[in-house]
Amino acid sequence: MDKNIILKAENLIKYYFEPVKFQALKSISFKVFEGEFLSVVGKSGCGKTTMMYILSTMDTDYEGELNISGQRVTGQKPDYLADIRNKNIGFVFQFHYLLPEFTCLKNVMIPALKLNKYSYEEVEERAYQKLELLGIKEQALKQASKISGGQQQRVAIARALINDPKIIMCDEPTGNLYSKNTNIVIDIFKKLAEDYGQTIIAVTHDKDFSEKSSRTMEMKDGEILSHGW
Amino acid sequence: MVVGFNKDSDESIFKSVPHLRIYQEDEICSPLIKNENSEYTPVIVNPKISNTSNRLINPNKIISDLKKQPDVVNVTQQVSVNVFYNNGKSQINGISSGVNILEANEMFDINSVMIAGNIRDLHSTPNGIITGVGIADKLNIRVNDYISIISSIGATKILKVVGIFKTSNSSVDDTKSYINVATAQQLLKQSSSYVTDIYVNITDPEKAPNYSRKFSNLTGYKAEDWQAANESTMAKKQTRKVMFGSISFAILLVAAFGIYNIINMTINEKMNDIAILKATGFSGKDVMNIFIKETLIIGITGTVFGLLVATVLIHFLSKVYIGGDVGYFPIDFEKNVYISGAIIGMFITLAAGIIPARNAAKVDPIEIFKR
Repeated sequence: MDKNIILKAENLIKYYFEPVKFQALKSISFKVFEGEFLSVVGKSGCGKTTMMYILSTMDTDYEGELNISGQRVTGQKPDYLADIRNKNIGFVFQFHYLLPEFTCLKNVMIPALKLNKYSYEEVEERAYQKLELLGIKEQALKQASKISGGQQQRVAIARALINDPKIIMCDEPTGNLYSKNTNIVIDIFKKLAEDYGQTIIAVTHDKDFSEKSSRTMEMKDGEILSHGW
Repeated sequence: MVVGFNKDSDESIFKSVPHLRIYQEDEICSPLIKNENSEYTPVIVNPKISNTSNRLINPNKIISDLKKQPDVVNVTQQVSVNVFYNNGKSQINGISSGVNILEANEMFDINSVMIAGNIRDLHSTPNGIITGVGIADKLNIRVNDYISIISSIGATKILKVVGIFKTSNSSVDDTKSYINVATAQQLLKQSSSYVTDIYVNITDPEKAPNYSRKFSNLTGYKAEDWQAANESTMAKKQTRKVMFGSISFAILLVAAFGIYNIINMTINEKMNDIAILKATGFSGKDVMNIFIKETLIIGITGTVFGLLVATVLIHFLSKVYIGGDVGYFPIDFEKNVYISGAIIGMFITLAAGIIPARNAAKVDPIEIFKR
């Protein structure tokens, strides 16, 4: 295959100890290629969110090995991981998780300001571009808590995109959206993967969503049922 | 406030007490035979103070020696006489200090307590006297009246009142008077080299104890610093310091808990935001920085506000009239107090903010997202 491997997971095992010891992931191994639009499906409790948190590098308490764009991230220091997240990974959550006191524009800008690669004006310019890409440029200067849920979700996607990450990880990105908004979000993701070559990994329940992705991985009881190819 | 008060009380002490006083200390009789053979202990039953003269030998040499010392601001000699003040039939006993009035004024700022007459007149009037207001009232005398003075050894002199002072300390006002050195020597029937005390002022009165030993060695007489001479006042000062210190500490502690609580609450409220910041690549350090900044903002605002309020309070308090020898409330703008207050305030806020900020740094975003 001529595609580059962007993310490689080997034998991921995860236990939960509370309330009782429970094995959430049973030795999961898979690869994700650059420019893929991968959706992960499965019933709730099958471990897909758990897996997502490990892939996001936020959860470091697991066994196995994780590589992101050729870098081994397992066993790295928290600050280093924070740096990787900042540069390489964008997140979209089921609940938008914007900072309610800030304007949409500021919310989008925050990760870029942290990255400190561009000047403030450039960051602002880029944030406007991302918001325009998602069709919510008019909302830029409104407070994040004062726009609709669908708009908030798109602001969150814009924030995930601001640093041009190689991977965008989504946890139920359309979980609480109307079908119309869902379609918009799906179209955006498709565009990102196809036109910009960004990799998208999305955990979802949504049939429409998984059908439109380029590959669908199915999970059950902490194991991968099918890789989808 | 404490500083103002201490300064005031020190000042009132220095109106009558020099920083260092050099005098011939009374000695207890010691056996003539020195205790060379330790088998026997020579004993004097019921030893008495030896009857030596309390004059200082060659006072001019001592004064010129002292004046050469670094940090010495002022040296003046003094002859104290126990006297009776007489005017007609009325008689009051008291103490008259034979001084060079100009030197003494530099040391004790007598000018500031004068209510009638002028200290310069004492300098120009060999048989002049400046009396306390209590003496003047009881003897019913005014400036330019004459009173007669009888010393403890029976010498009598008629002196002209050239000034009256009021220290608002009745024990001083009712007994003390200033006369010229020569007059005092005559009252004691002594020669012009007779001097009982030499008073020394130095640049920093707080350091007086350091000099007392040095000057003792230099002069061969006892040099007593003002702290030792006013032990009870010093003890009160110390008590006051400790008292106010602990009160301030308690207040600061309460304030610190307040800040701790505020930051803690903010962090709890902002748990989601912290999680999202961490997810988008903010490290624990960054999160901690944010909250320390918040603490600093609280601290700086609080300190600035506190200092402003303090300034206003000082301004008004300094206009409150207390009365007595204190007069207006003894309070003053003290740069050092401002600086130390600001530093302590900032330090406490920081200490109170760092603990919750560290907790915020440790927040695990996953724990939050799973809720």
